[in-house]
Amino acid sequence: MNRIDQLFRNKPQRILNIYCTAGFPALNDTVSVVEALQQSGADMVELGMPFSDPLADGPVIQDSSTRAIANGMRISVLFDQLKGFRDRVSLPVILMGYMNPVLQFGVENFCKKCAEVGIDGLILPDLPMDEYEHEYKPLFEQYGLHLIFLVTPETSEARIRKIDSLSKGFVYAVSSSSTTGKDKVMADQQVYFARLKAMELKNPVLIGFGIRDRGTFETACTNSNGAIIGSAFVKAIENSTNLQHDIQSFVKGII
Amino acid sequence: MDIAVNTSQSRYHVNEKGYYGQFGGAYIPEMLYPNVEELRQQYLQIMSDPGFQQEFEQLLKDYVGRPSPLYFAKRLSEKYKAKIYLKREDLNHTGAHKVNNTIGQILLAKRLGKKRIIAETGAGQHGVATATVCALMDLECIVYMGSVDIQRQAPNVARMKMLGATVVPATSGSKTLKDATNEAIRDWINNPVDTHYIIGSVVGPHPYPDMVARFQSVISEEIKQQLLEKTGSEDPDYVIACVGGGSNAAGAFFHFTDRGNVKLVAVEAAGKGVNSGYSAATSQLGRLGIIHASKTLLMQTDDGQIVEPHSISAGLDYPGVGPLHAHLYETGRAQFLNATDDESLAAAYELSLLEGIIPALESAHALAKLKELPLQPDNVVVVCLSGRGDKDLETYIKHLK
Repeated sequence: MNRIDQLFRNKPQRILNIYCTAGFPALNDTVSVVEALQQSGADMVELGMPFSDPLADGPVIQDSSTRAIANGMRISVLFDQLKGFRDRVSLPVILMGYMNPVLQFGVENFCKKCAEVGIDGLILPDLPMDEYEHEYKPLFEQYGLHLIFLVTPETSEARIRKIDSLSKGFVYAVSSSSTTGKDKVMADQQVYFARLKAMELKNPVLIGFGIRDRGTFETACTNSNGAIIGSAFVKAIENSTNLQHDIQSFVKGII
Repeated sequence: MDIAVNTSQSRYHVNEKGYYGQFGGAYIPEMLYPNVEELRQQYLQIMSDPGFQQEFEQLLKDYVGRPSPLYFAKRLSEKYKAKIYLKREDLNHTGAHKVNNTIGQILLAKRLGKKRIIAETGAGQHGVATATVCALMDLECIVYMGSVDIQRQAPNVARMKMLGATVVPATSGSKTLKDATNEAIRDWINNPVDTHYIIGSVVGPHPYPDMVARFQSVISEEIKQQLLEKTGSEDPDYVIACVGGGSNAAGAFFHFTDRGNVKLVAVEAAGKGVNSGYSAATSQLGRLGIIHASKTLLMQTDDGQIVEPHSISAGLDYPGVGPLHAHLYETGRAQFLNATDDESLAAAYELSLLEGIIPALESAHALAKLKELPLQPDNVVVVCLSGRGDKDLETYIKHLK
C-alpha cells in the first residue's frame, strides 16, 4: 500500500506535512532534512524540485529554489541523493515541482526513478487536470505515484468533485487564492474549509498556504485532516547552522 | 474587419483545445483556472459581438490613428531590387503595434466587469500602451517591470507614471521581462476576482496567444486591402516581421498563414551571434518546454531551467516564443532567420538615411534580413515596421560612430 494511504489510515487527523526545497540550505542537506523531520514528529514531507520560474510560489520558496539551483540541485542529483534513503526514512515523501524540468528529464523516466527510490506522490501545480487525465494518468499509476491536485476557494463544486475523483492520496486545499507565503486572515477561509468538509470528499484534505505556526495549524486541523507548512519552514532553516536542532524546535512549535 | 473570424479550418491557427500542432495549451496552476477559464469561454463570444467590434474599430481609427499607412519605400526598394512596402505600425499612438492589443483587451476587461488591470513589460512599450488605455477607461493600472529594465528604460517608466500607472519592480530571478511576467501572474493568482491581466504578446496560457493574435490581426487585414489598392492583389510575395514573443508577426501573418503563395519570414534576435551564448534566437536554441503556462520552444538548460536570453532590443529579449510561431517554425510554414545586434543597428541607420524613418530596434531586425532574401524585381515585400525608434535613441547614439 502507498505510504500516503497508510498514513491516513493510521492517523486520519492532525497530519503535519512539511515542505522543503531539495538541495537547501546546502546541496547535500536534502536527506538530512527529511530524516530530522521524521525524528521531530512530522508526518509527511514534500520535497521541492527547484525551478527557475516557480509561478505558484512566493518569494521565500523562489529564493530557496534559486539558491538550491546555484548549489547544483537538479532532478538527477536529487534521485542520486535519495538512493537508499528508504533504509532510514519511513514517512511518505512527495515530490513537488513544475512540469518543465520533469518534461526535460522525461516523464516516464521520472516516474520510474521515483518508484525506484521510494517516492509516494507528486504535486505538479502546472499540470492541468485534463492533461493528466488524458496523457499521464496510466503512467503515474503504473509506478504507484499519487498525483495530488490543488483546489482553491474559487474552484467550483463540480470541479472539486472531478479533482477528487482523479486524485489519490489527498486533496491539497489552498487556503486562499494566493501564492505561497502570503499572509491572509485564516478566519476568512473558514467558510471555504467548512464547505469542503461538508462535501465529504473521498480523499483526505490537507490545507496549505498561509500555515506558519501552532495557531494557524490548529485552525486548519478543525476543518481538515491536517496542514502543509512551506515558506515558514524554509525561512526557519535558511540560515541554520544546526539543522537537527532548528528542525526539532520548529516542529515542536507546531505540534 | 473581423477579429472573430472562424479559423477552425486552418492548419495554422489554434485548435479547440488551445494548441497549435503540439504547441500551446494552458499549463496553469489551479489558482489561475477560474480567470483563464472565464476568458476561454468568453473571448470569442465577446469579440464577435457587433457592439464590441464597433467600439474597437472606432478607437483604432480615432484614437490610435488606424489604418496605419502601407508605405512604398522607394529608395529601400531600389537598394534591394524589389517592391518593398513598410507597414507603418510605428505611426500608431504610443509608437508601436502594442496598442492594438491593449485597446482590445481593455474593452474585453470592461465587459468582464474587471476593475483592476495588470501587465508585464520589458522595454516598457507594452506597459505604456496598457497605462494609456487604463487612463482612457479610468481603470487602475499596475505594471510589473524587472528592476534591471526600470534602470535601463527610465523614459518609459516616467511615461507610465505620468499616465497614472503604478510601476512595480520585479526583483526576483534575473529581474527582467520573464520575471516581470512571473510577478504579474502571481498578482493575478492573489487577485482572482476583480483583475484582468493584459498580456502583451502571443504568449501565455490559451486563449491569450489566439486572443492577442486576433487583436493584432488588424495589421494583416489592412495590408490585404492596402495591397489590393496599390498592386491589384491582396497577396504579397513576402511578409517579414521580427519575433520575440511574436505579437507583431502574428498580426502581420494572421490572414496569410493559409495562403501558401505568401512567404512568411520571422526574424529572431541573434544577439551577439546565435552560438555566442548571448542570443535570443529561440527557434535555433530552444527545445520543447513550458514557459508562462504555454508549451513551446524554450531556451533552457539541459535540466529544464529557463535561461536568460540576450538581445540589444529589450522587446525581443524573451527566452520563449509564442506557440503559433513554434508551430510555423516546426511545420516550415514560416522561414526563421535571425539578425545580430550589429546587423540590426546597421539596418536602423540604413532606413533612417534612405527613408527618413528611425525604426525601433526590434523592427530593425526584420529590415536587416532584406539582404538575405532571394528577391526578384517584381516581388512585393511587406516589412512590418512594428515601432518607432524614439525609445532606442540612447542606444543609437551610443553606437553612432
